[in-house]
Amino acid sequence: MSEITNILVVGTGGQGVMTATEILAEAAIAFGHDVKKTEVAGMAQRGGVVSSHLRFGPKVLSPQITPGTADVLLGFEAAEGMRWRHMLRPDGLALMNTGRLVPPVVDIGLYDYPDDPVAEVRAAGTRVFSFDASAIANELGDIRLGNTVMLGAISDHLPFSADVLEQCILKRFARKKPELIELNRRAFAAGRAAAARAAQTEAV
Amino acid sequence: MAAVMPAPAESRLLMSGNDAVSRAVWEAGVRVAAAYPGTPATEMLEVISTYPDIYAEWSVNEKVSLEVAFGAAMAGSRAFCAMKHVGMNVASDALMTMTLTGVSGGLVIAIADDVGLSSSQNEQDSRYWGRFAHVPVLEPADSQEAHDFTLAAFDLSERFQVPVIVRMTTRICHVKGLVVVGERHEKPVAGFVKDVGRWVMVPGAAGRRLPLMFERENRLRAEAEVSALNVVENGSDRRVGFVTSGPAYMHVRESFPDAPVLKLGFSCPVPFELVRKFAAQCDRLVVVEEVEPLIETELKAQGISVSGKDILPRSGELSPNVLKPAVAGLLGEVLPEVAKVKPMQVFPRPPTMCVACPHLGVYYTLAQMRNVTISGDIGCYTLGFGQPWNALDACISMGASMGMALGLDKGRADSEKDKKVVAVIGDSTFLHMGMQGLLDIVYNRGNVTVLLLDNRAVGMTGGQSNPGTGRGIHGEEAPRVDFASLVKALGVREERVHVVDPYELPTLFKTLRQETKIAEPSVIITNQPCVLVEHYHARKPFKVIDDKCTGCGNCVDVGCPAIHVTRRDKVIKPSGKEVERSFVRIESPACTGCGLCLQPCAPDAIVPVEVLAMPIHVVKKG
Repeated sequence: MSEITNILVVGTGGQGVMTATEILAEAAIAFGHDVKKTEVAGMAQRGGVVSSHLRFGPKVLSPQITPGTADVLLGFEAAEGMRWRHMLRPDGLALMNTGRLVPPVVDIGLYDYPDDPVAEVRAAGTRVFSFDASAIANELGDIRLGNTVMLGAISDHLPFSADVLEQCILKRFARKKPELIELNRRAFAAGRAAAARAAQTEAV
Repeated sequence: MAAVMPAPAESRLLMSGNDAVSRAVWEAGVRVAAAYPGTPATEMLEVISTYPDIYAEWSVNEKVSLEVAFGAAMAGSRAFCAMKHVGMNVASDALMTMTLTGVSGGLVIAIADDVGLSSSQNEQDSRYWGRFAHVPVLEPADSQEAHDFTLAAFDLSERFQVPVIVRMTTRICHVKGLVVVGERHEKPVAGFVKDVGRWVMVPGAAGRRLPLMFERENRLRAEAEVSALNVVENGSDRRVGFVTSGPAYMHVRESFPDAPVLKLGFSCPVPFELVRKFAAQCDRLVVVEEVEPLIETELKAQGISVSGKDILPRSGELSPNVLKPAVAGLLGEVLPEVAKVKPMQVFPRPPTMCVACPHLGVYYTLAQMRNVTISGDIGCYTLGFGQPWNALDACISMGASMGMALGLDKGRADSEKDKKVVAVIGDSTFLHMGMQGLLDIVYNRGNVTVLLLDNRAVGMTGGQSNPGTGRGIHGEEAPRVDFASLVKALGVREERVHVVDPYELPTLFKTLRQETKIAEPSVIITNQPCVLVEHYHARKPFKVIDDKCTGCGNCVDVGCPAIHVTRRDKVIKPSGKEVERSFVRIESPACTGCGLCLQPCAPDAIVPVEVLAMPIHVVKKG
């Protein structure tokens, strides 16, 4: 099964997790792979947990990633990255947005938000590259660019070139909202640079 | 959605199972398709509505959708109907007799089982309907098969003149994979042929059709024995042979690449001879199926020795990490120790209602009421059971809030004489199956206050239209039901019907208190739209003035996800009572200015975001 790449994309309803995974799937197809993509997204539109599985390779059978076998975990929200760490293989890579979305159950005092999700994942022995994708998206002018920032971040950690992925994103916007192409190009580059910087920090 | 040009034949497309079925429905030359929305089936009709040449409709419930599709099939057209598993419970009355008449044009029913309950009130195995109604069941394992099996189902339906069930599961409906598509083939429509012995199911006629149904079942079983949808894959490791169907096949193939596998795509009626032949080449058989042990039980009744649910879970989804240890245990093998990584502990993140959702006002108000039992229903508003409202006490099935409320009223304990009974139901659920329940409340003089939450959308499944929205499936204008007139026509007295803006908390509270005091049926209709639909208009956002916030936490009780607690502390009041305070902020970019949180704010700490602080844009009015 080593010929199969397992990517797990996680976040909360409304963050664009499923769209991002779909674009990753399109890139894998463009590269000639067989692909399966699946979600656990019960009532996701209502701010719940979303985890999207992407598997690609010469021939994919089961659509679900078995716990402990994900190659890359792309966490759109800090605590969600932590929630799904166990899905990674021991030498897998977690790319984590440090941005937080605090749910009402925390606001009303029933639960606590972890103090530092990135540190906890790292302490558990996982290699983490972390960056504030939400802040990067906001600086670029729109929080909705967050998923393009995240795709930029993962683009150098895939078994195909970052350009293939970028082209898939831009093609999508060319079809639907051409005025957003340039902004997404910048978001992609910013995410890519953020992950590279995080990788350097980690290496030190 | 408007019709678009379908992708050309031979295209290789990334499609969900729902997309793939929809494409096949179009290719099969279907002329009529109907459904009521329900996860995970909803997208089928949504996508079908984008294809040209098909009449597509949102029906008021699954039973009506199946009757519409059946009518079209009686007329000789190919017809399609889609529903979630619980939808067939509603539609089954029609199914159980149309199996006697059979069909003229091909009729395919896609039933989507929510295995693992991602968005449902129960977990059912729809393959039972194949046994119960004596109709064939096909079980695709991925998107390509969802496409191909749907085409095969239409062929089968016409050859045997029988409705055919395509059994989907969440993992078929929502998994995307590559699909090679084909062309549309128009089918000539024969027209309705009058034949009272066949189409009018009075006892005598129906009795004469029963033997035909059983004879048809025998022929279908013979067909399953030779069907290309049932495939034997030989394997070198013959210690265990697997009989499997649906998405479970993928997990078997992945887990045991060298094992012999009998994949039943045409799984009902079960081809017993094929299984016997397959059994001869394996040391033992394991049946791997989601959810119930249906194939397993039938094989055992045939004297074929198999394992199944004795080693596999009886509910939920299967996966390689479930299958491998179970089969290893059967073989007395010890799997190589894999260090099991435990999930890290993180707070739960249950689904929430949206920012500014009109239901927030309803549940905030209900949460203030004392001595009340709240009978609930299926929709976003079911979430009212949760924090911070705790304002919904029961929920079982579509429309059940009405009948349950009447039963709670009539069956009340002597000690609960003064307890109020309130029923909460959404517009679409009311039209689906709630109207009859309200009629029953009126007719039997129940003491129930009904809150009819009209947000002009089937919200939970993504804002589809219904007869209350004034829009059809393509977004076109459609006749719109007048809920106030409707409930009056059902017999609720005019003085007991109120239309209320759910953002006006004092009015809502006053109306609710007044109506629950009166011992007769009343209906309070809320009239503000779902915030996710196109015609919702956001207003100016609000913010909290930090210095003014006293930490009373009243606004937090509204339950809006845009309100966040920044700081919590405890103080001793002059009375000596310890009080917990929650100081808040509003995430203004998410706020759409509904104003609900303003109303319980004692110190007036919530104010509109300063417009002048933002860059000024001069907008010319055209």
